[in-house]
Amino acid sequence: MNGADAIIRCLEAEGVKLVFGYPGVAICPFYNSILHSSIRSILIRTEQNAAHAASGLARVSGRPGVCAVTSGPGATNLLTGIATAFADSIPLICITGQVNSGLLGSDVFQEADITGAAESFVKYSYLVRDANEIPRIMKEAFHIANTGRKGPVLIDVPIDVQNAPVEDFSYPEEVNLRTYKPTVKGHAVQIKKVIAELERAKRPIICAGGGVLLSGAGKELREFAEKYRIPVVSTMMGIGVMPTEHPMYFGMVGNNGKPYANRAMNESDMLIMAGARVADRAVSQPDLITENKVLVHIDVDPAEIGKNVGPTIPLVGDLRHIFKDFEKQEFACEHEAWVKTLCEYRENMQPVRNPNPAYVDPAAFLRRLSEKMEEDAVYVADVGQNQIWSCGYHIVKKGRFLTSGGMGTMGYSIPAAMGAKLGAPDKQVVAVCGDGAFQMSMMELATMRQHDVAVKIVVLKNGYLGMVREYQHYTYQDRYSVVDLSGSPDLEKLAAAYGLPFIRLTAMEGAEEALDRFLGEKGSVLMECVIDPMDLVK
Amino acid sequence: MKKIYSVLVENRSGVLCKVAGLFSRRCFNIDSLAVGETDDRAVSCMTIVSSGDERTLEQIEKQLNKKIDIIKIKTFDEAQSISRELMLIKVKYNKGNRRDIMEICEIMKAEIVDMSKSQLMIQICDVPERTALLITMLQSISIVEVARTGTLALPKCDA
Repeated sequence: MNGADAIIRCLEAEGVKLVFGYPGVAICPFYNSILHSSIRSILIRTEQNAAHAASGLARVSGRPGVCAVTSGPGATNLLTGIATAFADSIPLICITGQVNSGLLGSDVFQEADITGAAESFVKYSYLVRDANEIPRIMKEAFHIANTGRKGPVLIDVPIDVQNAPVEDFSYPEEVNLRTYKPTVKGHAVQIKKVIAELERAKRPIICAGGGVLLSGAGKELREFAEKYRIPVVSTMMGIGVMPTEHPMYFGMVGNNGKPYANRAMNESDMLIMAGARVADRAVSQPDLITENKVLVHIDVDPAEIGKNVGPTIPLVGDLRHIFKDFEKQEFACEHEAWVKTLCEYRENMQPVRNPNPAYVDPAAFLRRLSEKMEEDAVYVADVGQNQIWSCGYHIVKKGRFLTSGGMGTMGYSIPAAMGAKLGAPDKQVVAVCGDGAFQMSMMELATMRQHDVAVKIVVLKNGYLGMVREYQHYTYQDRYSVVDLSGSPDLEKLAAAYGLPFIRLTAMEGAEEALDRFLGEKGSVLMECVIDPMDLVK
Repeated sequence: MKKIYSVLVENRSGVLCKVAGLFSRRCFNIDSLAVGETDDRAVSCMTIVSSGDERTLEQIEKQLNKKIDIIKIKTFDEAQSISRELMLIKVKYNKGNRRDIMEICEIMKAEIVDMSKSQLMIQICDVPERTALLITMLQSISIVEVARTGTLALPKCDA
């Protein structure tokens, strides 16, 4: 057994079924060993998408996604994907090949200091110097990636270490990290304080972030909100914690969120931030949300508490444990008038759009799409106007809503949707992107064909980088600079080239039949919706 | 506000880089940084002096705590600690000013540790303010070069 065999054995021991990657000489021992294993490898068409695909898989399975690429450019191409996962706290195991140990630091062919380059985007990284350390390192890596505040872990393995013999392989049962012990259980005194404030509060609200989904606390939070009739809003990453049409859900907050959600948060007298970073897109003026209200901030990462806003009650721990502990407290609270007010806001403050009838209205289209999708479907929104429309009009029932919220990485949707489909093969998976983002990852259509991954793709085509055009519209009075996507391919021909069925919708008439055909396709399908190039999300 | 962080870290390659990178990425100040092995060879101690507002100083500790190579962090103010800095300072001298230099050394409790026909090397181990003062005193005499360890500090006994 050599180092590469040991890595594969460790992956098998962790229950890994799939690895996304792209080989090169420095990772070839790994890809040689994988041939005689139970692990399926997916050849992605560019390394960045390997990390995105692993991210999609991780988000639907709750287990770290694994990607493996070669040294140098393979590793540096992976960086954007790692940073994207880091920003959204998605657990990944990123294995990179590296040049021969003896040549490290001498700038030989395809050498890049990837552990150095990735330092600020990884939860932890290893440069493996001894093949016998592989079992311990792999065990630690999986533990670090998927506990506490989750995130990507990078393992850089020189080719000679992959080829070196490993004696007495055994996969450790436990990790022994004296420096890493994340707080799971919330402090009892703090929990009591929160409950005491809830009993006093007249206008309490919970703001659910992506941390709720990462800790698997959705059910606990939902039941708590239902039992005590506490209204819930969410950040973009928290979409899906509550079904969109749940009576106690009052939409996404933030500068691209619902006006009634922001109003609800502002008028509350007690705000429970659960697994949310209080970053600029959700809360543009963090100091304001501490005015006239009790702010409870719950997060598994103590550094997030007090970073952007100083809370009244800080509470460190895993959200699932904490909401279970909340549930155990006996208390009563009464704020029906507040719930009623919020229901009125929700009814009366719905944004009004004036869609151009000559085109597909993205809002109405995406709403209809989500209504027709399966209950537990996975919806992956890309970045740009399509993302904001998705957040605003997609209806989550029992499924998932995935997007790159923290980093806002264009091109995320197609590879992430592939990963999600491979991670949850029984689920319907739909990716929605603009024509800009589509062209950043359209090479993955080949991956979908090669590995028979059934992802349904909607491209909202407006011939512009719409979000930037919208920004230039407002900020530079329509002086458009470098946002025109002329020269884009004919998507029908492109679909034909990849052997995919294609549907084009140019106006809302015919949307029903088009959607039925789209969702009825067994395999992958590409649908183009021509939308008004001048349409705005605001 | 100033704060001293005494940070015990795993004695591995790259750890200093990770800690320094954290400070630069998050725009935290490093006023001084001193690193050395402890009595346990597997553990190094970094003494970092930083300044900033209260929230920043708290974030520094929290962000340091997230680093998996960091074992333990102690923070304290200067008043709660004994702090020292070691400095070597080389000056040019002549017959006319040799006495003055020796007098300054005597007052400052500094020691002359090396000399040649034209240069003297002075060593001082004191609180950072006094090492700085010695530099000021010797500036008029033509300093050749200076090496400083940065502040080392430990909380006072039984603190």
